[in-house]
Amino acid sequence: MDKLFLIIKREYLAKVRNKSFVVMTFLSPILMVGMIVLIAYLTKLNDSEKRVIGILNESDYFSNEFVTTESTSYVNFKDISLEEAKDSTMHLGYYGLLYLPNGENLEEVAQRAFFYSEEAPSSSTLERVEGSIKSRLRQERLRLLGISAAEYAEMDSDYEIKISTYQGLQNMKGINELKAFIGGGFGYLIMMFIIIYGGFVMRSVIEEKTSRIIEVIISSVKPFQLMLGKIIGTSLAGITQFGIWIVSGTLLLFVAFFIFNIDPAVLSQSGSSPMVAGPASGMSGLDPSLQLYAQEILDIPWGMLVSFFLVYFILGYLIYSSIYAAIGAAVDNETDTQQFIFPIILPLMLAIYVGFFSVFSNPHGPIAVGFSLFPLTSPIVMLMRLPGGIGEGGVPIWQLALSIVILIITFIGIVWLASKIYRVGILMYGKKPSYKELFKWLKY
Amino acid sequence: MDIILSAEKVSKSFGDHTALKNVTLEIPRNSIYGLLGPNGAGKTTLIRIINQITYPDKGQVFLNGEPLQAEHIRHIGYLPEERGLYKSMKVGEQALYLAQLKGMTKADAKKKLKYWFERLEIGDWWNKKIQELSKGMAQKIQFIVTVLHEPKLLIFDEPFSGFDPINANIIKDEILRLRENGTTIIFSTHRMESVEELCEYIALIHKSEKILDGKLSAIKKAYKKNIFEVVVESSDPKGLLAHATDKFHILSSNMADDGRELGFSVQLGNGDSKELFQFLGTHANVHSFVETIPSANDIFISAINSKGQLHG
Repeated sequence: MDKLFLIIKREYLAKVRNKSFVVMTFLSPILMVGMIVLIAYLTKLNDSEKRVIGILNESDYFSNEFVTTESTSYVNFKDISLEEAKDSTMHLGYYGLLYLPNGENLEEVAQRAFFYSEEAPSSSTLERVEGSIKSRLRQERLRLLGISAAEYAEMDSDYEIKISTYQGLQNMKGINELKAFIGGGFGYLIMMFIIIYGGFVMRSVIEEKTSRIIEVIISSVKPFQLMLGKIIGTSLAGITQFGIWIVSGTLLLFVAFFIFNIDPAVLSQSGSSPMVAGPASGMSGLDPSLQLYAQEILDIPWGMLVSFFLVYFILGYLIYSSIYAAIGAAVDNETDTQQFIFPIILPLMLAIYVGFFSVFSNPHGPIAVGFSLFPLTSPIVMLMRLPGGIGEGGVPIWQLALSIVILIITFIGIVWLASKIYRVGILMYGKKPSYKELFKWLKY
Repeated sequence: MDIILSAEKVSKSFGDHTALKNVTLEIPRNSIYGLLGPNGAGKTTLIRIINQITYPDKGQVFLNGEPLQAEHIRHIGYLPEERGLYKSMKVGEQALYLAQLKGMTKADAKKKLKYWFERLEIGDWWNKKIQELSKGMAQKIQFIVTVLHEPKLLIFDEPFSGFDPINANIIKDEILRLRENGTTIIFSTHRMESVEELCEYIALIHKSEKILDGKLSAIKKAYKKNIFEVVVESSDPKGLLAHATDKFHILSSNMADDGRELGFSVQLGNGDSKELFQFLGTHANVHSFVETIPSANDIFISAINSKGQLHG
């Protein structure tokens, strides 16, 4: 136990004193915040650039259909020929010219209408113009059928069904996605952590092999102790780094927004995620549905979520990092690791994609259940399901229990296999092993 | 005889490859013991078993009469063939770390390190990183961390490969000094001539089997072939050679350019050199008269050959 502590301490200090680690720890938040500020700034800039479209309207059917919006404004030409209008829009540097000729009826006008521009116009602009004409056409056709504009406006109403659980708890539509998004955040965190610090574990094993100190050390401690100490020491360094990132990143972000005077809402407008829109404006209390969102977020069992996050995080990370350690032991240098790394990354990527596509829309569907039981994906997928709660209306208790049991069994199995490969691999030099060879090592 | 370490019928295989087959050894306390044999014979596997890095499939190893256990690690010092140190770690910190892994307390390790650093004249390296040191300096550190915890048994695998000649000599002297202080030392090497002069006992390992072991002087006695190398001076070397050929079994001879000096090697029947010496004394001036003692390498080759004959 004493020796394990010594190893953990050494691995931790070796990591946090490493120059590139220190640089990354302090540079990353600056880069991240810099990028966010840049995006916010560009978004702001983008909004201020407007497209101007000239309209030459010779028909009687259009008057105020084209409304200036944030991104597009319209300028009406009067009493000039089409050629003159084209010339002037060109010289004024307008984005384009919409030509609405006169005609017997609206159908004919629509048929003969044209959009002129320097280059092929953007599809969003075209859609907007087409949309305006389309709605005018629909209105005209309805008028011919004897329905007034007022009646039409009344007819065209929004509808959203209200949903509730059997117990009568009112739910918000999209709250499942929102919850999965929060769980997804946790899952994503686990994946990033595994990839970054699993890689550190692997490189640290390779370093011990290439510096040839490994045999000196394992004549004093058991290879398993060394592997475990390395994994724990590296993860503690990782947690330190993550902690610094979160604290300094948040501080920097506030400072940056304050200095550059950027409203954080700029970002949430462009992002369509309910996660950002929900809590940011939910507290204003103006919109009852937003209040409900806020309530739902507060209702998420955070204590439970964080405890299970820790359980899945620790088990998942130990499983993956012991595989990383075994890979590091099996090879002589980092370039040889490629063929082994890919099969590890695959389930992680799969978990994230399955999570975002399948679990978001149906957190308790068969795919979501399957992947939240499969041990290599469960740490990520189960966390996406958990914000919905446990038991009634959430993840059934048996699934959660089964998932953790499978994970623990896998953990023991994988660590056992990995430590066998590790034990043999660290003393093997000069050859790049195949999978077949690794399998043989298990029997040594 | 007081035995510090013994192996009893130790076997180990890796997949289809047999690394050790029924190896039995006894290493006397306070001796220098040579574990000799070509590359791939199984020496390193045996050493790793002694260090509890790997475990035998069959057989057992005893230290001081007790079966090997984790607690024994602190009594053994091991310098592996594949050796190195953490490159980006400071010398002092690293030495302390390795000493503590061997079970020393920090204070004790610090005290002993100070002693060794002074002894090998490396006082001011404490805060230097290994990558800043020359190879020879790093080798000294490597040696110190091997012996720092004052093990009763020291194992050196290919000790002098990679050491420059000056350091090799320093370390040879230190090893001899350690032995005088009661340490038992095992040398493992395929370059037999490099340790032959140091070893009192040897074991020859070939193709995972021990083919010969025992006290080196006794083995040499058993393997000597009663061949003598003689150099004499005579006014008539040709006549002398003809005369000698009549009386003895001459294996080879060579005549010097000056026409007076003669060298030849003689195979004697039963180790009785008296008759030859008397013959030479009456007919010529003897310059040298040496019995050919086989080197470990010669013994090794003839042991393999005789074993091959036995196996038919």
